[in-house]
Amino acid sequence: MSPELLRLLVQATLDTLRMVAVAASLGTLIGLPLGVFLATSGRGELLAAPWLNRVLGLVVNATRSTPFIILVVAIIPFTRLIAGTSIGTSAATVPLTVAATPFIARLVEGAVREVDGGLVEAARAFGASPLQIVLKVLIPEALPGIVLGLTLAVVSLIGFSAMVGAVGGGGLGDLGIRYGYQRFMPEMMLAVVVVLIVLVQLVQTLGDRLARRMNKRLRHG
Amino acid sequence: MTAPVRVPVPADLSDRLAIPEPLVRLEGVAKTYTARRGAGAVTALEDINLAVPRGRVLGVIGRSGAGKSTLIRLVNGLERPSRGRVIVGGAEISALSEPALRQERRGIGMIFQHFNLLSARTAAGNVALPLEVAGYERSAIRARVAELLDLVGLTPQADRYPAELSGGQKQRVGIARALATNPKVLLSDEATSALDPETTRSILDLLGRINRELGLTILLITHEMAVIRAIAHGVAVLDGGRIAESGDVFEVFTRPQAAITRTFLDEETGRTLPPALAARLTPGLAPGEGRQAVLRITFRGPHATDPVLAQLARDAGIPAGILSGTVDEIAGRPFGTLVVGIASDPGTVERAKDFLAARGLDVEVLGTLDLAGWQRTAAPRATDLTHVA
Repeated sequence: MSPELLRLLVQATLDTLRMVAVAASLGTLIGLPLGVFLATSGRGELLAAPWLNRVLGLVVNATRSTPFIILVVAIIPFTRLIAGTSIGTSAATVPLTVAATPFIARLVEGAVREVDGGLVEAARAFGASPLQIVLKVLIPEALPGIVLGLTLAVVSLIGFSAMVGAVGGGGLGDLGIRYGYQRFMPEMMLAVVVVLIVLVQLVQTLGDRLARRMNKRLRHG
Repeated sequence: MTAPVRVPVPADLSDRLAIPEPLVRLEGVAKTYTARRGAGAVTALEDINLAVPRGRVLGVIGRSGAGKSTLIRLVNGLERPSRGRVIVGGAEISALSEPALRQERRGIGMIFQHFNLLSARTAAGNVALPLEVAGYERSAIRARVAELLDLVGLTPQADRYPAELSGGQKQRVGIARALATNPKVLLSDEATSALDPETTRSILDLLGRINRELGLTILLITHEMAVIRAIAHGVAVLDGGRIAESGDVFEVFTRPQAAITRTFLDEETGRTLPPALAARLTPGLAPGEGRQAVLRITFRGPHATDPVLAQLARDAGIPAGILSGTVDEIAGRPFGTLVVGIASDPGTVERAKDFLAARGLDVEVLGTLDLAGWQRTAAPRATDLTHVA
């Protein structure tokens, strides 16, 4: 592979990493509280707000049921509003974030729902407020599950990021399509796939290891 | 009168008068769950009146579904009564707002059947949690946690996670956590039901010690008579959401009035006959050859060690054969039951009853036993004996 192509590959990898990192961070920032709220705001639950719970649930479902490539195109006006443009790597992080947030929220919701209800009862019994229960009981106890969920979200985002080439988003997927497919360069296609495999492996291994370290339900030693 | 009223009583005065003023009171409490979608409402508790005197241990016993869990959760406001009042230490729990209730709950500790410890925190971290929630200083938390772990004998395990502790150790952490904020009352929700007998014993010993040494009032619920017997002063028997019987543990155990209490006692204290004898027992007196009248004699308190059978033979001329018997201790007082067989003619039975009653013993005629038949069939069959053994 020529130095020119190698430079392209490195640039595309960095673009992908940046898009995924920004989307995962923003998605977690919004998705984590949203997921905790979804898990605790049902009827008779800790932060009971059944009406708001249902509305947010609907929004989350609507976003999640839209195929990503359609979402990218459908929210172009919103992307332009946020990023100032609808083309390029920065612009591409907007639909990625929009897709990641409800996904992360559902994963966090699942992890929080896994926490034993007896712990919430015990915390209520010693006088903890709903906010204290969320911060000191639910999130710490759900953390291993949340980390596994975020790992899954990052892996999915790496996949999604390949599609933003459709709006000039750049990154590895775009490189693979334009050089590997359209210019008949199988070695570029192969390189892109190998880099993606290595990235996903790395993320998954890291996430698994972190989650296992946090999970004190298992005996260590 | 809906506002909680606190009447200050000078400590020395209440001590001198030694009136066990109730610390926890349930007055005319009922709890009904309204089922959704038109299905009928479920009544969990009905007409509950209960008082736990300061410094005492009250046990509530009942089968699953009797309403025990609901009852104990009314005391710290995890559940609210449909009717009636719940009062703890002068505060009307059932009338408090949620924020005010959170404040009161710091004065009411609770331990659970499944411990409910945070898996992500060490033993020390779990004990620290109620203190963090109550806003204690970091240094005060550290000192208090060390003190509590020492109290429950878990200082060496302070940095272990719950997954690395045994069931008994987990419950000790639960107890330390419940005591962290210096509560007036400890609620125990089947705290030993998930533990083996030996561990149960050690946890009950610890609770008893805490009651005696710290003067902590304890309300516990259980389905095991053994738990009540080990540490409770008073007992309430809950059946179908109502209190069937309540009173001093010794009184209730030795002179049970309600049928449900008898069934609990029969399971636990070995007051029933061995199966081989029970099968040959017919109710009522039926005098005849090879038959015996079966009496159950209950020894209570000071009479538990009297040699009454010897007296019965010597002074009344009525020899008695022992069929089964136990001597036990309830709430620190000796208590025994003896099932004996005597001649089955009505005159002898009446004389024996009068003789024993005059010595302060409770006597109950269980029926007539055809002992001859039992001896004939049972003796030669060695195979039966292996089963008995």
